[in-house]
Amino acid sequence: MQGLRITIEVLIGSIILGYLMAFIAGFCRLSKNPIIKYMTIFYVEVFRGTSLIVQLFWLFYALPILFGIDLGSDYLAGILAIGLNYGAYMSEVVRGSILSVAKGQTEAATALNMSRFQRMRLVIFPQAVRMMLPEFGNYLIQMLKATSLVSLIGMADILYYGDILRGNNLSQAPTVYFLVLVFYFIMALPLIWLTRKMEAASKKGVAS
Amino acid sequence: MNTGNWQWDTFFEAFPLILEGLGITLGLTVATYLFALIFGFVWTLLSAVRIKPLRWLFRWIMEFIRSTPPLVQLFFIFFAWPMVPVVGFAMSPFISAIIGLGVHFSTYIGEVYRSGIEAVDKGQWEAARALNFSTGHKWSKIIIPQAIPPTIPMLGNYLIIMFKEIPLASTIGVAGILNLANSYGAANFRYLEPLTIVAILFLVLSYPSAILINKLERKMNRRFDKKEPTGSKSLSEEEKEGAVS
Repeated sequence: MQGLRITIEVLIGSIILGYLMAFIAGFCRLSKNPIIKYMTIFYVEVFRGTSLIVQLFWLFYALPILFGIDLGSDYLAGILAIGLNYGAYMSEVVRGSILSVAKGQTEAATALNMSRFQRMRLVIFPQAVRMMLPEFGNYLIQMLKATSLVSLIGMADILYYGDILRGNNLSQAPTVYFLVLVFYFIMALPLIWLTRKMEAASKKGVAS
Repeated sequence: MNTGNWQWDTFFEAFPLILEGLGITLGLTVATYLFALIFGFVWTLLSAVRIKPLRWLFRWIMEFIRSTPPLVQLFFIFFAWPMVPVVGFAMSPFISAIIGLGVHFSTYIGEVYRSGIEAVDKGQWEAARALNFSTGHKWSKIIIPQAIPPTIPMLGNYLIIMFKEIPLASTIGVAGILNLANSYGAANFRYLEPLTIVAILFLVLSYPSAILINKLERKMNRRFDKKEPTGSKSLSEEEKEGAVS
């Protein structure tokens, strides 16, 4: 199945973009500048409030018409849609974790005469990251599932090849789709394992 | 007013057409949700079976359904199920969507129920036994009434999540809003306006309900936090898990 490569490429692209957006948006939402803050809220709410499949179609079909921007390839549309969508979800995780770091930590850092930036980098952030880990793991699996949507805009991923195979031989449909499901599951297994690891890592050494 | 290639006539022409699909989209959401709520109980029961290898098997099946894409499952139900020997039969797109998406989400909902049941304080089980309650009574009078209410906000969240996954059904031909928008786009070579309408409809419907659920959650937390510190802790742990999808 050659589709495996595309699926994995899209997955990796979306993971990178998703995490990047998550941190950028997560921090921007905590910004004191109202313009940055409200723009971020707008981005997060729009992407969280509509479905991924609609966003994907919109980016692929509507964006080129509206602004004359051609995204060049379905690759970019797929990665953008999945990355931006899950970035919005995960930015809430980032924000929540940062806010849930005990207030005393901020105060202690201020007392030690750290700058705002130092405070975040040295004190708050390292503690917040460990809280984000389990959720980030969950979203990895979510993103893997989401990559199956790119076959709808014509990308040749696993599902796309599965559809073609079915088209060639209709009676083979159960085998073909079952195989596709198994492929996804096999790809998900390391992610599930990773999620468990991350959960364990985030629990280690924390008094609860 | 120059707004690029945006055309208001197209917008107003497409809007009522797409709105017609809203009933189907909402109906499908409700039907799938009910299916998932009921089927979730089945998963909860199956994953608590006493025989160990069987329990393992069921948990793996749940994991399998949960970590594979709902879109592929939908295709499997719709295209492949009729071809399966002996048990296979063809279903309409609408029914296929209910079963495909319903089964997918029921695995999540089953976990929610399980977390609710596990969050019930141990003393309650002991008290039920001490008072010589029968199994049926124990569940109906003590465990279930305490297990389900704290999970209501989580269940509400899943309703919104599911609502956003429902347009997947358009791929197998259920005439929901996305499907109508696409066919309008194909007929008139205008995708921009119809797809934007769909996005707006989703936003308008899901954003207020998300706020509502949030409020409900806060209210519930206030109510249950004080009573059972142990129970609510493991619940909030599950909540993190529940926030997936």
